[in-house]
Amino acid sequence: MSIVSHLSASGDVMKIGIQGRFDFGSHQDFRESYDKNDSSVKEYYVDMAKTTYLDSSALGMLLLLRDHAGSEAIIKIINCNEDVFKIFEISNFDQMFEISAA
Amino acid sequence: MSETPQLKVLITEDNIADCLIINKLVKDQGYQTFIAHNGFEAIDLFVKEKPDIILMDALMPKMDGFEAAKRIKLLVGDDFVPIIFLTSLNDDISLVSCLEAGGDDFLSKPYSSIVIAAKIQAFKRMVILHRTVQTQRDEITRRNEHLLQEQKIAKKVFDNVAHLGCLGASNIKHLLSPMSVFNGDVLLASRKPSGGMIVFLGDFTGHGLPAAIGAMPVAEIFYDLVAKGFGIEKIISEINQKLNTILPIGFFCCASIVDINYSWERIKLWNGGLLDVLLKKNNGNVHPFKSLYLPLGILPAEEFNAECIECDMKVGERVYLFSDGIVDLKDSEDKEFSLNGFAEYLLINNDPEEVFSHILEQEKLSFERHMSNIDDVTFVEIQMISEDVISNQHELVKNSDLRGARDWSMSFEMFNQTIRDFNPIPLMLHITMEVPELRVFNNDVCMVLSELITNGIDHGLLGLDSQLKNSADGFQQYYNLRNERLNNLSGESLNISLRHLPDAAGGMLVIRVVDTGEGFDFNAIDLDIPKASQMSGRGIPLLTRLCESIVYEGNGNTAEAVYRWKKMKDNNLL
Repeated sequence: MSIVSHLSASGDVMKIGIQGRFDFGSHQDFRESYDKNDSSVKEYYVDMAKTTYLDSSALGMLLLLRDHAGSEAIIKIINCNEDVFKIFEISNFDQMFEISAA
Repeated sequence: MSETPQLKVLITEDNIADCLIINKLVKDQGYQTFIAHNGFEAIDLFVKEKPDIILMDALMPKMDGFEAAKRIKLLVGDDFVPIIFLTSLNDDISLVSCLEAGGDDFLSKPYSSIVIAAKIQAFKRMVILHRTVQTQRDEITRRNEHLLQEQKIAKKVFDNVAHLGCLGASNIKHLLSPMSVFNGDVLLASRKPSGGMIVFLGDFTGHGLPAAIGAMPVAEIFYDLVAKGFGIEKIISEINQKLNTILPIGFFCCASIVDINYSWERIKLWNGGLLDVLLKKNNGNVHPFKSLYLPLGILPAEEFNAECIECDMKVGERVYLFSDGIVDLKDSEDKEFSLNGFAEYLLINNDPEEVFSHILEQEKLSFERHMSNIDDVTFVEIQMISEDVISNQHELVKNSDLRGARDWSMSFEMFNQTIRDFNPIPLMLHITMEVPELRVFNNDVCMVLSELITNGIDHGLLGLDSQLKNSADGFQQYYNLRNERLNNLSGESLNISLRHLPDAAGGMLVIRVVDTGEGFDFNAIDLDIPKASQMSGRGIPLLTRLCESIVYEGNGNTAEAVYRWKKMKDNNLL
């Protein structure tokens, strides 16, 4: 598991890529990926292209990101594979986040 | 560690001159020394003084160093007390036998003071490291024991609060691991005072104590509100609101809740974040109910939607709820218990008795494969049964509860908004339950109250035709029409009055419901219990069975039911 975050030159768009398993073990890394930046970010992209696994703690972490980002910011979860997308579907997280498949 | 105590060194040497030299050398390094001249003395001193490091001459009278080393190593157990052999022997075999006897190193004579000092220093570091590791290991063991002890106690409390309710009922089969609460799973079931039951299956985020903690308020709210006669939507909303308030962000509870209505052969269902709830029909079809909502605890009350799906469920049909956490469904190596697999199995298997044993087998297989409970499945099967099969389980009233309200009357009037938004039944039940002996007739009273109030609102005020409910489509139409008319209600009221009087045999509860509607021709009501195929219209005949009398007055917009109850003989269940 590795988490890489990238901030746009303008400082208002952040992309967070999650590789491998996204579960409780990723908690610290995921938090750090967005925590180090101040709150000028308006748009977050969580890239799941390389995410193989997702559990309910991961869903919880996305809620924490949403809380950190504030109601003004947009969070898009992109490039979900079929299994990951299915989990978002069952949990109905598509009602809270913009979620798109690969 | 701030200051390490002075290290003790045991010197075992039969040669007096050598002994003096080494003793001085070691003392000069700042260590405390003890001196033995043979193996026996060495063992004695070891037991008495507990030295940290031992310098041991190989060849000595009475007992040599090899034997003493072996015995000492047996005595030290888990501790690390390095033994450094002092030897004039130089051949490889002798040196190897020093180590084989349990020695950790050797020094060849003649001694170099620098080497002795350096070796003792090196072993001192190892002794300290070993002690640190040992202390940490013991601490971990101690904490782990403590944690297990705490979990045991916590589980007892959980079991008392989140008890299994009516999961033992004959129409329920379930699978729940004994420590499931620490996997975040909760399974609750309770009979409704009006008959029927509500089953709740929840799966909290994560594992361990954080996952278990939310189960307590959920169970408490669930059992409390079901017993008070609240509807499933209210119960779901209350649980959501409570969890939303107490759980930190990122923690939530996926849940399926089913409300079983035996008399109407209908179920109401809510699924937020769990796998499809499956309904196996008598015709062999399997009907899935997808999760339509976010899990409980995420949304604040004003955004939360507790709207349930309703559908028919005939006697003999079964509904299946699961939580194997969305986690395990997903894990690619672990397909044996996938939902799709189970749905397909349900489709081809028409012997309902086999389904549960199939699940048990799958669970056992998966357990054997992983040698652990990683995919702990909580599973429950509920069968629709005929209302007559369910015996009313009356509990005896404790003598201590016998004080209470016995002779009283009350009246409660509701206007438009309250009629639309408020369910008066829990409030009414709350009051009638103040008559101690009447509590065991909770079900009957609730049923009479519900029927009279529903009739007053639906037929009296809203003018709905119960014939509509005779078909499955009609049900939907009925509810749509009901909502529409409720929203347009104006200038209406519904008055409920209760009067209770005791008599020698027990007591009498008079329930009177008056609506401001147009009324109806009450002489046209057929008081015979309708055929089982008819879904509705059985309200009033059912009342006549429960009540001593039921009378309509005026234009039919006043209904009065007299419910008479008899005291039960002591220690004798009805």
